[in-house]
Formats: sequence, structure tokens, C-alpha cells
Amino acid sequence: MLLIPCPWCGDRDETEFHYGGQAHVAYPQSPDALSDAQWAEYLFVRDNPKGEFAERWCHNAGCRRWFNLVRDTATHQIVVQR
Amino acid sequence: MSAVLPEHPEFLWRNPDPRRSYEVVIVGGGGHGLATAYYLARNHGITNVAVLERGWLAGGNMARNTTIIRSNYLWDESAAIYEHALKQWEALPEELDYDFLFSQRGVLNLAHTPQDVREGVRRVNANQLNGVDAEWLNPDQVKEFCPIVDISPGVRYPVLGATLQPRAGIAKHDHVAWAFARTADEHGIDLIQDCEVTGFLRDGDKILGVQTTRGPIMADRIGLAAAGHTSVLAGLAGLRLPLQSHPLQALVSELLEPVHPCVVMSNHVHVYVSQAHKGELVMGAGVDPYNSYAQRGSVHVIERQMAAALELFPIFARAHVIRTWGGIVDVTPDASPIIGATPLANLFVNCGWGTGGFKATPASGWVYAHTLATGRAHPLNEPFALERFTTGALIDEHGAAAVAH
Repeated sequence: MLLIPCPWCGDRDETEFHYGGQAHVAYPQSPDALSDAQWAEYLFVRDNPKGEFAERWCHNAGCRRWFNLVRDTATHQIVVQR
Repeated sequence: MSAVLPEHPEFLWRNPDPRRSYEVVIVGGGGHGLATAYYLARNHGITNVAVLERGWLAGGNMARNTTIIRSNYLWDESAAIYEHALKQWEALPEELDYDFLFSQRGVLNLAHTPQDVREGVRRVNANQLNGVDAEWLNPDQVKEFCPIVDISPGVRYPVLGATLQPRAGIAKHDHVAWAFARTADEHGIDLIQDCEVTGFLRDGDKILGVQTTRGPIMADRIGLAAAGHTSVLAGLAGLRLPLQSHPLQALVSELLEPVHPCVVMSNHVHVYVSQAHKGELVMGAGVDPYNSYAQRGSVHVIERQMAAALELFPIFARAHVIRTWGGIVDVTPDASPIIGATPLANLFVNCGWGTGGFKATPASGWVYAHTLATGRAHPLNEPFALERFTTGALIDEHGAAAVAH
């Protein structure tokens, strides 16, 4: 089980958290202007690196706030909190 | 001492060095890659083929799955490809001259809520319209088919019924891979282990070959069949795919007397259980939620799965967990595979099988061989093209079929 550092509550068990996938995916500035391919890219395509990955977590069973982490997907090591 | 040691068994395949070029190069020597090689030879007469494997043959998810084979999917596109697979499973032991213990003992998908019941009955009707064998069982019939299931109404998730696919079952996964590998090798196909692809040789948007740890290899067509590592490989060609890699865990008990006559799956409580020929109880869970390439997951996922299994099967209370393990599965947004061409000429993908790839092995190989031989999709994999994420014609199997594949 991962031990996840919530920026507000400190280290807590993974079971208290909900995973949110890749961080820093912004909603398109002007959705109407996107082509189908660009819209598909926004909706369906995310980074899937073997290595460091900036991702979102929500502390569901605690403060219920979202935050970002950088975790290594090959080792599960949490590298940095952002 | 040496007098009593048995002879070394015959080697099932050669261990060749790579040649400089091939007609088709398949990247990934798991079940799907080996089946593709076999069907290239069988269906298309193409034997100038190499299968490149970074580790050893069938050492990834092919060695880590729970061996369940079924075709009772809801949507037409899925039912067609998985039923094609099941028909091949029925023919393959004789065709490959290899008894890989394919046992059609029946798969139950349990329903625990009124909505489960509605979805189950709907799926049975859809299956029957698609020529897939399916029946709806009430709780007493479930008990008759699998006497060790607890159908008492007082449990947290009571059994309200189940779908049954009688032709579904299990097979011995390692032997399936070895059977495909031996036959592909007999056709002259090179199975090259310890050969990692580190880059692509290209001319603009045209892929000409692969760079490997054993030198460059040219090919007319290149097919990726690398499951959880597909994103990493595609990334070497600058290609982004709608895939996320997750751990999927499973476990076995010690060897027990035969107590479990079939396969039981429950989406609602996320567990699936069968008993291997040797006697281990084999159980699988759902994926861990986070992205990972570590081939291990979190223990609470196992704990939850065991709790569910115990409630359904009180007889397992004294069984012990002997081993747990994880594989890395590549999941698409609609939980259906991607099989076909990419924006790069001569580069093809067969990925996104998620948690359900083993059962599809023969059909996956069949349609991918067709695609690599002709450059065009087989009718069975046409709906599974990468373009569906742009057109919106998704094949949404999340929750429609059994989520726990």
C-alpha cells in the first residue's frame, strides 16, 4: 500500500485517497475551435510514462482536497510534492 | 546419481540470432505475439517473420493471468471477436497437437443487486442473439451448478442469480504459449529472446525497421504486441496512444482437493475464482487505481478480494494464500482493445486488452496476422481501430460485460 503525503493532513494510507490521473491537463481554452482529433486528444489521451509522473490525488477520507504529486511509476517512489 | 536423472526434454523452439531483415517483425513474445506469428504462417503463408522479446517468451501477462476463457460480452463487436477466439480455443489443442488442458467447465457471472440481475438477463439475451451460448440461472440453479457458493439471503451481497456460459472455462496458460511457439518455430519463424527494441528506424512518417539491443532489424511491417509497455514503445516512435498502464493482481492458494467445479466471477464484489487442474484456487481482483509499471500492487486490493471470496465461499476459510503477483495491463478509455494501423506507415498496434487479453489470444493473433499480412483490418477488428476515439464510435465494455475480465 502506498503511504501518501497529503499536504494538509500528512502521511496517510492509500485507502484514504482517490486517484485522479495525470495532473496539469487544462480544459481547452476555446472548445468550439477544436477539431475532432484535438478534442479526442483532450478527452482520451494522457501521458503514460514509465518513470516520473505528475498526478492528482484527492484525500477523500480526510480533508477531501485535491493535490498533486510526482510519483515514479516504475518504483512507486513518491519523488516530490507539487 | 546421474543415472536416475531424466533426459532433458526436447527443446520446443530454436534460439536463433536475428537476421538483418524480415517481412514482418512482431514486438512482444507473449501470447498475442506468438499467436500472431502462428496465424501469419497458417492463414497467410508468411513465415519470414521474427518475434522480438525483451525477456523470455510468455514471461509477462501470459504468465500472470487467471486463465479464464469466455465470450459472453454484451456488444456485438466484442461478442464477435471473443466468440471467434472461443471457437479457435475449441480447435487449437488438436490443430497445434498440444494438450494445454482446455477445460470447458462453465463460467458463472453472479448478480447481487436488482440492477445486476437486469444487466445479466440483458446480456444473456444479447449473447443468444449473437449465437453465444448463455443461460440465466436462479439462485437454486446456481447452487446446483456450483454447490460451494453460499446462496443464503443474509449475507452482505446475496446471490440473486447468475449468467452461465457452459462453453467457457480455463486452460493452462504457459502451455498455450509453448504450443503457439513450437508451431511457429516449426514454420521457420524466428523467436528471438533477450532482444529489446530501443528505437525505430524511419524515413519521415514511414517506419523502416527497429533498433534493438541485438542490432538494427529492417521489416516491411512492424506490429507491436507489448501489452502494458505499449505506451513506452510507441513513445519511441513519437506516438501517443489512449492507454493507461495499471497493476492487476492475482493469487493462488495451496493445492487442495477438487472442490470447485467451474469458474465463478462477480463484478459487484470484484473477485473471480477457479480451481486449477493441480488443485490451487486461482483468484483475481480488479486493477489498482494508479498508473504503474512495477508488476506489483497494493495489499488492500488483495484483502478486499479475499473478503469477497470468503463471503461467497465459506469453505475457503481455512485455505492459505501461497503466492500473490501482479502484471501490468494497458487499459483504454472504453475498455476495448485497439487493433490496427497507426498514423505511421508500416507500424501497427495490438494493445489495450486491459484485464481481458488471455481469453482473446487466438482471435487477437488471427486478426492481427490478417492486418499485418494485408495492411488492412480483418472485419472482426475493423471496429477496434484507433480512429474510434476521434469518430466517437466507442465500444464501451466498462460495466457492460464483466468488468473483472
